[in-house]
Amino acid sequence: MRYAMAIDTKKCVGCSDCVVACQTENNVPIGYCRDWVTESVTGTYPLVEIEIRSERCNHCDNAPCVRCCPTGASHIVEGGVVMVTHNKCIGCGACIQSCPYDARYSHPEGYVDKCTFCHHRLVEGGRPACVEVCPTRCMYFGDLDQPQSEVSQILARRKWKVLAPEAGTRPQVYFLV
Amino acid sequence: MSTRRDFIKIAATGLGGLALGAGSVAWFRGTSRWAETAAKAAAGFQGRFPTYCEICFWSCAGWTYTDEEGRITRITGNAGDPHCNGRLCPRGTGGVGAYYDEDRLRTPLIRKEINGKQEFVPAGWDEALDLVAERLKEISRKHGPESIALFNHGSPGDHFGHLLKAMGSNNIAAPSFAQCRGPRDTGWYVTFGTGVGSPEPTDIRDTRCLVLIGSHIGENMHNGQVQEMADAIDRGATLITVDPRFSTAASKSRFWLPIKPSTDLALLMAWIHVLIYEELYNRDYVERYTYGFDLLKEHVRNMTPEWAYGITTLQPALIRETARQMADAAPSVIVHPGRHVTWYGDDTQRTRAIAILNALLGSWGSRGGFYFAESVQVPDYPHPEYPTPAWSWQDLQREKYPLAGLAVSNVLVEASLKETEESRRIRAWIVAGTNLPLTIPLKKTLQQAMQDVEFMVVVDTMPMEITGYADVVLPECTYLERYDTLRSLAHREPNIALRMPAAEPMYDSKPSWWMAKQLGERLGLGSYFNYKDYTDVLEWQLQQLGTSLEEMKKTGVKKFPRTSGPLYFQKGENYTFNTNTGKIELYATELAATGYDPMPVYTPHEEPPPGYYRLIYGRAPMHTFSRTANNPNLTDLMDQNDVWVNPRVARLWGLENGQYVHLKNPEGIVSSFPIRVRITERIRWDSVYMVHGFGHSWKKLSRAYGKGANDTELMSKVTIDPVMGGTGMRGNFVTFVTEEPVAKEVES
Repeated sequence: MRYAMAIDTKKCVGCSDCVVACQTENNVPIGYCRDWVTESVTGTYPLVEIEIRSERCNHCDNAPCVRCCPTGASHIVEGGVVMVTHNKCIGCGACIQSCPYDARYSHPEGYVDKCTFCHHRLVEGGRPACVEVCPTRCMYFGDLDQPQSEVSQILARRKWKVLAPEAGTRPQVYFLV
Repeated sequence: MSTRRDFIKIAATGLGGLALGAGSVAWFRGTSRWAETAAKAAAGFQGRFPTYCEICFWSCAGWTYTDEEGRITRITGNAGDPHCNGRLCPRGTGGVGAYYDEDRLRTPLIRKEINGKQEFVPAGWDEALDLVAERLKEISRKHGPESIALFNHGSPGDHFGHLLKAMGSNNIAAPSFAQCRGPRDTGWYVTFGTGVGSPEPTDIRDTRCLVLIGSHIGENMHNGQVQEMADAIDRGATLITVDPRFSTAASKSRFWLPIKPSTDLALLMAWIHVLIYEELYNRDYVERYTYGFDLLKEHVRNMTPEWAYGITTLQPALIRETARQMADAAPSVIVHPGRHVTWYGDDTQRTRAIAILNALLGSWGSRGGFYFAESVQVPDYPHPEYPTPAWSWQDLQREKYPLAGLAVSNVLVEASLKETEESRRIRAWIVAGTNLPLTIPLKKTLQQAMQDVEFMVVVDTMPMEITGYADVVLPECTYLERYDTLRSLAHREPNIALRMPAAEPMYDSKPSWWMAKQLGERLGLGSYFNYKDYTDVLEWQLQQLGTSLEEMKKTGVKKFPRTSGPLYFQKGENYTFNTNTGKIELYATELAATGYDPMPVYTPHEEPPPGYYRLIYGRAPMHTFSRTANNPNLTDLMDQNDVWVNPRVARLWGLENGQYVHLKNPEGIVSSFPIRVRITERIRWDSVYMVHGFGHSWKKLSRAYGKGANDTELMSKVTIDPVMGGTGMRGNFVTFVTEEPVAKEVES
């Protein structure tokens, strides 16, 4: 099993609903976030293009944050989800430095926190809160090992890219372009 | 000038009841446990309570969740609700912030003069309500109940509207008409014999072509529409967006028409010209349903794309190509009527042109165009008939704006001035859920009217600017803490939704229904409030509709079968429209009869003076007007507005990204607060853009105070729509003040 997420930049309007839904679902304190929205503008008026992306932990196959964690708090569970065990984390921040996506933050309670693909929902057969809330339905989630899953289907059908492929992390959040 | 009503800082010292106890850790301060939750939690049931959102007018139905201790944790959409399909927007999801906002109004406040200084003094409910009832009774006795007006937005208006009508006044206005969508509904009414309505019955789900005129769906988070637009993108529908700004919708569009601001009407007329003279219009539909085609054809004879090019700066080939795209898709095409359309003062006429385009394309009443929406008629809970007012807003508007179908807020404001004729003067205001100073752009008139009225009571959840002018402030609990009227909004399927509390009201706040009933009883109108609790009303209404409160608590939403017929016209169906001719009036006889242009005529609007830029404003998806600017969850996403500046303009002024500037209009008004510069290719060089609703001057709004600029205060020029009284707000210009302006008194 290999969980992955695909996000359609052609449909995303950048409303940030994914960010609020994550905060209320995962009790992320105000002022922090596990996911965020970026917008890049290219061209010159009136030949302009925008790409809007909802970004988060890429749950990399080759995760530098897991390799550098001195306590084993950062680890990978079934489905390739990168998790942090809060009570094993000493808050040293090595993982924050190693992540090319800046996907981790120091929680005020002293541990490092980040997106879990809403693992607590996955184990109950659900999907991440951001995927469930998105008004444009621009996010697809599922098992890449299942060719029939919606994420496999959409990645087979559409052009996509990943962020910072040169980092060699083999990220598992895909952006449809 | 000494004023009868000083603007009072609610944060003034001496208000122990309002002191803030803790900092940011206080979000989840314990609230008293809601009995029902506790019982369910004991049985291992996580509390889930139906509601519908109050953060914007889309009113999506959802579920409020509480944890084992009965604390509100999150809100999600109700999958059975056709308005949201189980998905709330960021504001709805962030609605918890409205509940936890520690700046909320906590107790009734009464204006008192202490040692020559006016202050708000916290009061008990009995004292506050007794005072309000006494003053309203007195004013009503002296000047008639008609001298009391209600300004409202959202749910509290339902309850206070009932109270006002029971008293014998019908002077009820919402800024959503004259400051927002009034021109559109008027333009539609004189063409199709009906308004557009809310939510707009646009069949985006099935459209092949969606045309947006300055409408920025996706930035305005009108939930169902955003969802359907995303579906339309998926299905490969053609999007055409007309906007001087590269909006998010423009970035999703196959055609973006970067129009020169204020010239939309010329483009619309040129499109009409192309459809008619290239014979692309829907001939069957036009022959069967419309009136005045030949008059229109003659009218637009010279309004060619080449003519429009000189006005709009849009290439004639692009105008022709987009008109053909619409015709190709017709009748599955939507030229969107927009929502906030009070722009240039000729807004009814511009919307008329949009209505005419839709008629020529045959999209009204067609799949993929506009469907016939239907809503559930919720029966009124039994009460005596309302007394007939001796006069009302209709009498004030009849001569000036005969076609305004609803009360024009600015007309009621003007009628509150001292110089108004005695027998038609408004003496007291009830303001419920609307922050007039950041809503109505006629600042001087508004300020004077607020001084001239003899009594003002403000009902709100937050200490908005308007509360500073009140004689009595009544703190309303948030929508998550109260029952309200049943939601009945038109859609493809008629439906109702229930709002019930998920927690007891925090502090000493109360639901509007309770306040209205308490006041009604004090005014001797108890027979209009013949129930113990609002659940009695809901239970009775739901029984009439064949359901029950118990059922609605489980489902939140109930759909009903349509009774008004199919969603669209049937092939060859004859139909009588509610117009003078019974047809869709391309030539509007109603406008002709009242002395207005029966067909739209483009007139140039004022251009910015050298060194100034047109001030364009809009929405951000995470905020609703000024009312969410202090919501902790939503300010976390966006806590200030930026002024968008084209890089060419930025170079001229030496501006840098992230720099703060003040904005100044030609009348010399300088923004109260600086605004951050965003240099972007997304805006034309002749305009600047900002999101409306920021720049609060109210210190008690701890997160919103001083953040960004308030576009409304820079609107010194307002162009009134002669047809319906709307306040055109896009004719204002600003320039940059890069040096710190001389310190000036800021209302706070």
